Amino acid sequence: MPSIAKPPVRHPALPVNELGLTERDYEGPMSTLCAGCGHHSVTAAIVRALWEVAVPPHMVAKLSGIGCSAKTAAYFLHGAHGFNGVHGRMAPLATGVAAANSELLLIGISGDGDSFSIGIGHLVHLIRRNLRMVYIIENNGVYGLTKGQLSASADVGSTSHWGTAGVIQPIDPMLLGLSLGATFLARGFSGDKVQLVPILKAATGHRGLALIDVISPCVSFNDHEGSTKSYRFTRDHDVHGTETDFVEPRPAILAAIGREGITDLTLHDRSRVRARAVPQGYDPTDRDAVGAYLREAHARGEVVTGILYVDPSRPTFHELLGVVQRPLVAVPYSELSPGSAELERFAQS
Amino acid sequence: MNTQTRERDIAELSPGGWVLWDSTSPLEQAGAREDVALLGIPIARMCIEEFDNPRERILLQNMVYAGAVTALLNIDPEIAAAFIDERYQRRARLREANHHAFRLGEEYAREHFAYPLPCRVEPLEGTLDSIIVDGNTATAVGCIYAVATVAAWYPITPSTSLMDAFSAFSRRYRRDPESGLTTGMIVQAEDELAAIGTVIGAGWAGARAFTATSGPGLSLMQEQLGLAYYTEVPVVLFVVQRAGPSTGMPTRTQQADILAAAHASHGDTAHILLFPGDPAECFDFAVRAFDLAERFQTPVLVLSDSDIGMNDWMVPRLRWDDSYTPDRGRVLGAADLEGVAEYHRYADPDPDGVTARTLPGVSPRAAYFTRGSGHNRLGGYTEDPDEYREVVDRLARKHAAAARRVPEPVVERRPEAGVGLVTLGSGGPAVREAAELLRARGVAADWMRVRGYPFDAAVHAFLDTHEICFVVEQNRDGQLRTLLLESGANAAKLGSVLVYGGVPVSAGEVVESVLTRLRRREK
Ligand SMILES: Cc1ncc(C[n+]2csc(CCOP(=O)(O)OP(=O)(O)O)c2C)c(N)n1
Ligand code: SF4
Ligand SMILES: [Mg+2]
Repeated sequence: MPSIAKPPVRHPALPVNELGLTERDYEGPMSTLCAGCGHHSVTAAIVRALWEVAVPPHMVAKLSGIGCSAKTAAYFLHGAHGFNGVHGRMAPLATGVAAANSELLLIGISGDGDSFSIGIGHLVHLIRRNLRMVYIIENNGVYGLTKGQLSASADVGSTSHWGTAGVIQPIDPMLLGLSLGATFLARGFSGDKVQLVPILKAATGHRGLALIDVISPCVSFNDHEGSTKSYRFTRDHDVHGTETDFVEPRPAILAAIGREGITDLTLHDRSRVRARAVPQGYDPTDRDAVGAYLREAHARGEVVTGILYVDPSRPTFHELLGVVQRPLVAVPYSELSPGSAELERFAQS
Repeated sequence: MNTQTRERDIAELSPGGWVLWDSTSPLEQAGAREDVALLGIPIARMCIEEFDNPRERILLQNMVYAGAVTALLNIDPEIAAAFIDERYQRRARLREANHHAFRLGEEYAREHFAYPLPCRVEPLEGTLDSIIVDGNTATAVGCIYAVATVAAWYPITPSTSLMDAFSAFSRRYRRDPESGLTTGMIVQAEDELAAIGTVIGAGWAGARAFTATSGPGLSLMQEQLGLAYYTEVPVVLFVVQRAGPSTGMPTRTQQADILAAAHASHGDTAHILLFPGDPAECFDFAVRAFDLAERFQTPVLVLSDSDIGMNDWMVPRLRWDDSYTPDRGRVLGAADLEGVAEYHRYADPDPDGVTARTLPGVSPRAAYFTRGSGHNRLGGYTEDPDEYREVVDRLARKHAAAARRVPEPVVERRPEAGVGLVTLGSGGPAVREAAELLRARGVAADWMRVRGYPFDAAVHAFLDTHEICFVVEQNRDGQLRTLLLESGANAAKLGSVLVYGGVPVSAGEVVESVLTRLRRREK
């Protein structure tokens, strides 16, 4: 695949990454979302994370469905192709893009409406397939774009802007992911960039589907007293399951997994995530224990954040289907066309 | 012939016909038809006597029947024997059992009936350059030659065998010699929404991608077909039509998805349609569909039907021109972008209204944001009436331009014909025969088989040069006729012959309908 263009000359004060690009090069056009919307902070964390891991912008494909959250795909990485499709169908779009070009880093931005209601059928199957992509859910408990109806992630008893309260059991994407064999599950909070950036960086190095649930308050429709997806509630009830440090790619593979309190996980690109378990004993590779912990914490009203579960060993969708490593768009015509002689053979059969 | 329907089948037979039937259980109305010959063979009883295995007693009944037919029609028994050998190559026991059953039928027919019958089957020189193939298989071969690498689908009758065939061919022709891995990806999706979404994603990223479905799946794909139309992403969709509405009659044939396909999705949306008339055209049009989809950067829907897709047809041997190169349309690569100050997705249309696209992962100068929401010629979000109209008006120009590139109609003219018969798809052979039969009834009729939409100028020229045309199609509402009227045809000169019971149209019913309508016009 082609190389990166020479970086344009910059103000010397702006720091550059390995590619010689500044953080500006990872930004997008001005956002039109409400001032204070949690989604802004997620965008900022994505910009920082992608700049720090120094992904060539044009090797990224940004994908989304419809919603306030989906709009944010436009607001970072102006140098990358983006596709803002239809409501709930980001996962199929991503599957197709990955099928055509496996070299692209797919960053998907979805909402709780987009992913847990209209698009849940696709999310479920995407998790099963372990397609390599970073799948971010900007979770605010409501349909922001259509003015604040409660979504399927709204907790029972959490009140809406319009006065009604959630009465149906919510969907927790982390528990959903665990039950479907997800290979990377993390939860962040848009108000905690310090934690979110390393989570995102780790996700870009994961070789399968990295599902990140980010609590991202909607200031217009779900940030009031009584809502469990407000800034206030999340700050007060946030419990870090893991503290995450991101260790830049290094050839040595280190994976001391155990209950000592520190877990080092080596990712596909040889970078490592060092997860310090908070509380002691949390093991992000023990699926059953993670599930039990999350359920108990939820019952206590806690919002557990951090990299909650990782399994870097499972094959990706491409591997499961036995598809070549090089991108299919790069396979030349001559290799794909059987030619007239083979058609003769077909006529004989 | 099964016992539930055989009395009805006998009643429908033409005078002078023969009935080969299992006489193990007697007919209820044995004497009902004096004008047909009843050839009874106790097939079930013979199988019970000859075979021990209960499964074989049932399954081999067909082979006894095949043996009898072979004898009665004087088909070379060697050909049948070779077929059995090939079919059961690796299963010696089954092979012998089949041969045995076949001989039972053959011998019984020879001993008991005046064999062979006055009609017979024999090889003809004229068919040497023909093959027997069904449309779904031929379409799959076309997709292989069109170098499609991504396919996504959700199973539905009668389109399933298309993907089955593509998967089988992919195992042979999509294999990387070095790694043994596959150079294609076939996604069995969770539903048709996912299938079309996957194809759109792959097309946007530069792969030749397709899906195949039937009516219910087409309904589910509507929203995203509009997305592909408005964002200008190449998509190829094969619709093997069955009888609707709703679940309808899944194993019966119809051409009732024409309008649903032409305007699939909400808003002002119009697609390019291709109507193959037989499996040979399924092969050909599959390749053309990918070329058109990429040239016009839009969905192309290829509409066959259950009759073409699932049944074996005899067609001219498929041919491939090795000088073919895929028409990838206007795609800017890294080198093309060097000289471009700033790239805009929907700016600078060519005379057909097509603008240049770029693919992700190719160049830092290529980026653009694709949105199904209102956008202007630069690709930016807009709600401005003029900016919005500029883009959708160009889409209309682009669609109109496709009329010159879709396959032209097949036309057969006779001197002085005032009547035109218009049809599409699997209706071709019957309508052609009807035109022939009408001559004997004193009516000179031309016929035309339409092969693409938007309609080529030749389609309108045909309509304009006849006093009256009848559109013969397999749906209740005259959908092709509606599309012709919408495209400017004169309603007063366009009649309808509609055959929509779920079985293929026959020449006889077309002739009678046309004559009735002509008589009515004279009054
Ligand atoms: C098929 C379809 N149905 C309904 C809508 C209307 N709609 C747009 S966004 C949305 C919900 C968005 O909620 P969420 O995904 O949580 O995103 P948020 O705005 O909260 O970020 C709905 C119902 C639509 N665009 N398409
Ligand atoms: S409505 Fe809510 S989710 Fe949408 S932009 Fe405003 S604050 Fe954000
Ligand atoms: Mg939401």
